[in-house]
Amino acid sequence: MNHLKTLILAEHDGKQLSASVYQAVTAAQFWGAPIDILVAGSNTIDIALQASKIAGVARVLSADATHLAHPIAEDITNLILSIASEYQVIMAAHSSFSRNVLPRVAALLDVAMISDALEIQVNQTYIRSIYAGNVLSTIQSTDAIQVLTVHGSNFAAAMTNGNAQIESVAAPTAFNKTRWVSENISKSDRPALNSAKVVISGGRSLGSADKFEQLLSPLALKLGAALGATRAAVDAGYAPNEIQVGQTGTVVAPELYIAVGVSGAIQHTYGMKDSKIVVAINQDPDAAIFQVADYGLVADLFEAIPALTAAIQ
Amino acid sequence: MKILVAIKRVVDYNIKVRIKADGSDVDIDGVKMSVNPFDENAIEEALRLKEQGKATEVVAISIGTAANQDVLRHALAMGADRAILIESAIAAQPLGVAKLLKAIVLREQPDLIMLGKQAIDDDAGQAGQMLAALLNYPQATFSSGLSIENGPDNQTLHVTREVDGGTEVLALSLPAVVTTDLRLNEPRFVKLPNLMMARKKPIETINAADLNTDNTPRLKQLQVNEPPSRKPGIRVNSVAELLSKLRTHEGIRI
Repeated sequence: MNHLKTLILAEHDGKQLSASVYQAVTAAQFWGAPIDILVAGSNTIDIALQASKIAGVARVLSADATHLAHPIAEDITNLILSIASEYQVIMAAHSSFSRNVLPRVAALLDVAMISDALEIQVNQTYIRSIYAGNVLSTIQSTDAIQVLTVHGSNFAAAMTNGNAQIESVAAPTAFNKTRWVSENISKSDRPALNSAKVVISGGRSLGSADKFEQLLSPLALKLGAALGATRAAVDAGYAPNEIQVGQTGTVVAPELYIAVGVSGAIQHTYGMKDSKIVVAINQDPDAAIFQVADYGLVADLFEAIPALTAAIQ
Repeated sequence: MKILVAIKRVVDYNIKVRIKADGSDVDIDGVKMSVNPFDENAIEEALRLKEQGKATEVVAISIGTAANQDVLRHALAMGADRAILIESAIAAQPLGVAKLLKAIVLREQPDLIMLGKQAIDDDAGQAGQMLAALLNYPQATFSSGLSIENGPDNQTLHVTREVDGGTEVLALSLPAVVTTDLRLNEPRFVKLPNLMMARKKPIETINAADLNTDNTPRLKQLQVNEPPSRKPGIRVNSVAELLSKLRTHEGIRI
């Protein structure tokens, strides 16, 4: 089976290849098989070029069609199935995009899917977390084809000194029972939450949407940080849902994570516990967040955060 | 319009599970079980569609053992009209679940199938997409908003989906599969009289073997472990001390 190849479904926003694709390539190198990257979209030549520069990639398959401008799971699935026979492994970095598409692919190939693998081992064995990250499960697949998503931040980004060939592949006709209508993607000057080097998250003890913004924005600006929030803060209306960090939100693993007024619910720590350095600032000395923090400061948030902001050059 | 809502019986979200002494699996013996929270959003949304006059019947379905009657009773007490229990001795994995549900969909012919976006035990998040695939139905996952619009010949489902960085809206023709996110709604509390009334509603039991699907588990769990815990951190007493500690780390510019 060693002659069979590995396919990575690339995620992009129409302009830029997602940083997680580089991590997925490193994960894919485990199998030692030729790695192809599938770039699907409309007018995606720039993105295909970016993908071709990733070291270790054999081919970039470019499916360029107007109906893929806002790709739906059904169309991406049919596209993958049209080329699936060449591949023993079909994978992507775990995200809302890939977890929408790949289960559909797996079902039509009649194989199980492994979601959000933390580690890949020999003999089709994987480690993934279950129960909101409270338990690690080691599972072995009995299927001939492996369909999986990987936990991007567990894999280093591949280098960009590659020179893969770009080939076009035909996109099957559009699935006509689903129509993309619109999107509302937050535009922000801050870095993207899932790839930011520094993330500052606020919890419900910030008290209001205004205070959330007033307290955390100046610090985020100084540190070039992305803002995150707990589920409780989002539910209370202090922050938009798309910046929620946790099991049901985004999983982040920045160099520095600063948790401000965050209690440390399991749901939340699942989404940030792989951060390199964690700082927790909370009024409550017994807050669970201190158990996962490298540095804990018990202080009034409304004094400590402005002081911290002022002290940073 | 008929809505089929698939619900999973899982360890209650407030419980921190323990690992069996032999490390083979988590120990759920005697642990409180509940409806998977995301599935409760699916039930709630189906009931709201019925209350708006868009849907005529809400059917709840669960796969498991006789013990799953409790989650089906919960769905009935919330307001579902009837329930189906697929009894299966083996714990079906997402692909097996999708195949069993497909068999029921072909029999029941619902216009809309709703499921939670993931179960909080295995955190796989696959069953809905797999079911949609096997039926060649349109899918809308991670939904946080849903409306049905009547056209001249058919109904169209408009679904707002949570995606990384924001939301998107899809229009689906029916029949379709929708998976639900917590933000979709706030599930109603079950009142005691409703719980009593639910006892009178029917639960039909079907043996999984009679559905002639291959739901053999494809993934074998070899072992489970506790995740490594982070090194214990230290308490600092001031912002100044915090900064001086952070500045000792290579790569952190602060």
